[in-house]
Amino acid sequence: MKVGIPKEIAAGERRVAATPGTVAKISKLGLEVVVQSGAGEASESLDAQYAEVGAAIVPDAEALYREADLVLKVRPPQLGQDGRHEVDLLKQGARLIGFVWPAQNAELLDMLAARKATVLAMDVMPRISRAQSMDALSVFANIIGYRAVIEAAAHFGMFFPGQTTAAGRVKPAQVLVIGAGVAGLSAVACARSLGAIVRAFDTRPSVREQVQSLGATFLPFEFRETGEGAGGYAKEMSPEFIAAEQAMIAQHAKDVDIVIATAVVPGRPAPLLITSGAVVSMRRGSVIVDLAAEQGGNCALTERDKIVERFGVKIIGLTDLPSRMARQASELYGTTVYNLLADVFDRDAGDIALDLDDEIHRGVVVLDKGKLLWPPPTRPAPRSVKPPPDAAPPVLPPVPHAGSAGAIFVGAVCAGLLVAGLFARGEFLEHLTVFLLACAVGWHVVWNVTPALHTPLMSVTNAISGIILIGALMLIGVGGLGAPAVLAAIATLLASINVAGGFLVTRRMLRMFHR
Amino acid sequence: MILSLERLAYIVAALLFILSLRGLSAQTTARRGNLYGSLGMLLAVAMTVVVLLFPAPSAAAAATSGVALLAAAVGIGSAAGALLAARVAMTSMPELVAILHSFVGAAAVLVGVANYLAPGREADSIRDVEVVAGVFIGAVTFTGSVVAFGKLRGTFGSRPLLLPGRHALNAGLLVGCAALTIAFLRAAVPNGLGPLVGIAVVASLLGVHLVAAIGGGDMPVVVSLLNSYSGWAAAAAGFMLSNDLLIITGALVGSSGAILSTIMCRAMNRSIWNVVFGGFGATPAAAAQRSDGAAPPVQEASVEQVADLLRAARSVIIVPGYGMAVAQAQHPVRELTTLLSERGVRVRYAIHPVAGRLPGHMNVLLAEANVPYDIVEEMDEINEDFSSTDVAMIIGANDIVNPSALSDPSSPIYGMPVLEAWKAAKVVMLKRGMSAGYAGVDNTICYNENTWMLFGDAKKSVGALVTALR
Repeated sequence: MKVGIPKEIAAGERRVAATPGTVAKISKLGLEVVVQSGAGEASESLDAQYAEVGAAIVPDAEALYREADLVLKVRPPQLGQDGRHEVDLLKQGARLIGFVWPAQNAELLDMLAARKATVLAMDVMPRISRAQSMDALSVFANIIGYRAVIEAAAHFGMFFPGQTTAAGRVKPAQVLVIGAGVAGLSAVACARSLGAIVRAFDTRPSVREQVQSLGATFLPFEFRETGEGAGGYAKEMSPEFIAAEQAMIAQHAKDVDIVIATAVVPGRPAPLLITSGAVVSMRRGSVIVDLAAEQGGNCALTERDKIVERFGVKIIGLTDLPSRMARQASELYGTTVYNLLADVFDRDAGDIALDLDDEIHRGVVVLDKGKLLWPPPTRPAPRSVKPPPDAAPPVLPPVPHAGSAGAIFVGAVCAGLLVAGLFARGEFLEHLTVFLLACAVGWHVVWNVTPALHTPLMSVTNAISGIILIGALMLIGVGGLGAPAVLAAIATLLASINVAGGFLVTRRMLRMFHR
Repeated sequence: MILSLERLAYIVAALLFILSLRGLSAQTTARRGNLYGSLGMLLAVAMTVVVLLFPAPSAAAAATSGVALLAAAVGIGSAAGALLAARVAMTSMPELVAILHSFVGAAAVLVGVANYLAPGREADSIRDVEVVAGVFIGAVTFTGSVVAFGKLRGTFGSRPLLLPGRHALNAGLLVGCAALTIAFLRAAVPNGLGPLVGIAVVASLLGVHLVAAIGGGDMPVVVSLLNSYSGWAAAAAGFMLSNDLLIITGALVGSSGAILSTIMCRAMNRSIWNVVFGGFGATPAAAAQRSDGAAPPVQEASVEQVADLLRAARSVIIVPGYGMAVAQAQHPVRELTTLLSERGVRVRYAIHPVAGRLPGHMNVLLAEANVPYDIVEEMDEINEDFSSTDVAMIIGANDIVNPSALSDPSSPIYGMPVLEAWKAAKVVMLKRGMSAGYAGVDNTICYNENTWMLFGDAKKSVGALVTALR
């Protein structure tokens, strides 16, 4: 089976589905690789580099598709400028791995089915832990989030980090990130590392921890619905909900310099979150990067694939951000494609062998030899990719309440005092007063102890409780040399060990503590 | 004149003790606190001796005869104490503290009996009750501490000894004491000795039984409880001798120990009654269930793998436990810390309140190994940071990092706050083998995907890591 890497034909597309690095790995699976001349040029991979790792270079797309049994692509097959559709070039019964967007491209599926093609779509990869290394959407989202911040910084005429210079003080840039998915989190991280102050907003409360872990403020949003849809993606919300979101974002838009909008609901038009009013309220020179431009935009004034200035605010609607980092994007995407290929490839058969009971295989297969297998049957409760984001500490069972025990204790003390007061002599009551006051003092003095000092505290109280030495001494004093004196002497001996040992060992311990 | 001076000295001594406890509650003032305590003790003892040497004329003869005894006892005792303090290994600190408690207990018993037998004593029922209280608390403290000492040394098994009907037994012993007390109160002066010694014996049995029924994992609580008892014993002695200094000091120590026990119990989310009477750790239900089925696989890592991991890490949190103390691994651990810090890795320590066998045990060990105290953090300070940490290194700790304390209501340690080490990107657990911790509960952290097990003696493993990283 020959694997073909064509040059992408979409306008402005600079990525490629395999780099020399991943071609080398594909060869190791025992597959021959053919690469269309110039396929990797835009992402800094030259034909010579492909040839070096054993790929055959073919001059044009026609030759490539003629030879390739398996085509690896980035974009869905489309109509070329020469009027020929990529699907028409595809061999009968060929296999294709790449982005397909089956939900939006019914016509394309029909064409591919007519070719009896086997199609694995990278964009419908199930979001399960095992498939994380094949998750191309996350790869691109990560790049998009990063690049969005870089684009914003390039169009923002000020520093991101706050600085105090001889020429005056610069305040750090304020960044608002809307939507804390992979792209949003990546934008948060990038803006943070450039030194900006970042706040992030998401309708899913469960992402709070992730936002905070990157050092940004999470803007909580109180509304009955939660935005948690199946598979860890956001779901579409009601109009009232959107209105509440708009109001909230408008409120923050006034204070920030940069807005990065990443709110996309899979397969739906993007929600309108930044109204014209919000744009007007922003400071001149602010920048909005609308990453949802392809789906209609999160901002009312976004124009797809353009950078426009409206009310003094630059609105960036570029949709080719991954392509603008073609080298990085190709490298990572190539790896996810390779990982999927390695998973579905059967060495003995020398071909792709799909196991329809495997969650990944079943998830990505759109067409099997022309037979439509998409969408896959829904599985019960898709697991989320991240370790359960709602891993908030469980509510601990309360410590058995001391209230009743405390009441009993106080009652007992009162009763004891009453009895003592009725029967005891004055001297005893004096002692009792001293005793209770001392208990109270001890109780208050010790509460603040730092846990690190528990041991020294214990050994010093231990030494102090050797004060019983005094009692023993007094008894020696009155006892003569009889039995009481002997007993008291032994007590003195023991208590002395305590006093000396306790203080000295505490001293030894405390000497070791140092900052 | 001397007597009023004595009272004055006692007041000053009492104030010094209060300052001492106050000082001991923070690192910066701790040494001064210890100094205050020593001064207070010195003052109190010196004044008592002065009063004995320059007595009121009537008691002159009796006093001088005791001086030789007194000097001998104090001299030998202090020398022995100093020797103990200088020789003891920091890892044996819990044993030392426990045995010192037993001395106070024993002294309280002896003082009580001696007081009863002291010549010229008038019949006085309140004083008799005070004597009984002193002897009783002293005896419980004495034998309880000896058993705790044995458990900590490993002379006795650390498993709780659970006799059938142990609550009834405790109650029976208490009733016995009450009966003997009545007999004692009714007897004329020398004849009461029998019942009094009887009380001491029964109370001793009670002390043995109470502590024997508590598992090794709860020793921090037991040691601080005994600390408290030793204070109450001193206070009881103060009552019987009408000595306010003893009362004050005993009360201070008693409440301090009570607070420490309370803190420990809160750290385990259990009540003091549960610790003392619960017989905790006797039924390792979860572990037993687990051992029926095949144990899930763990990922064993080599020293080189862990060294590579540490080389690549930016932040490391070390979670030490009793295992580190047992293996005496604190010095190699400190070396590892230094090595990593030199490489720019942020290293911190996370100390669980009940790590080790004594409150604050880990802090003392780390201090001994020269670990600066400002990178040693308490559970509350550091628990949130695990999720942003590259590597959590668990050295000889077990129950205090067990996720089932938060997640598994059937676990015996459910509800105990734990260090959430499993939230770190990678967990490395240094362990001798797959045995369960003191609570006898299987630790699910071992089976996590992000956990590597590094089996072997902690000291050797850490030493090997240090060599690999050099």
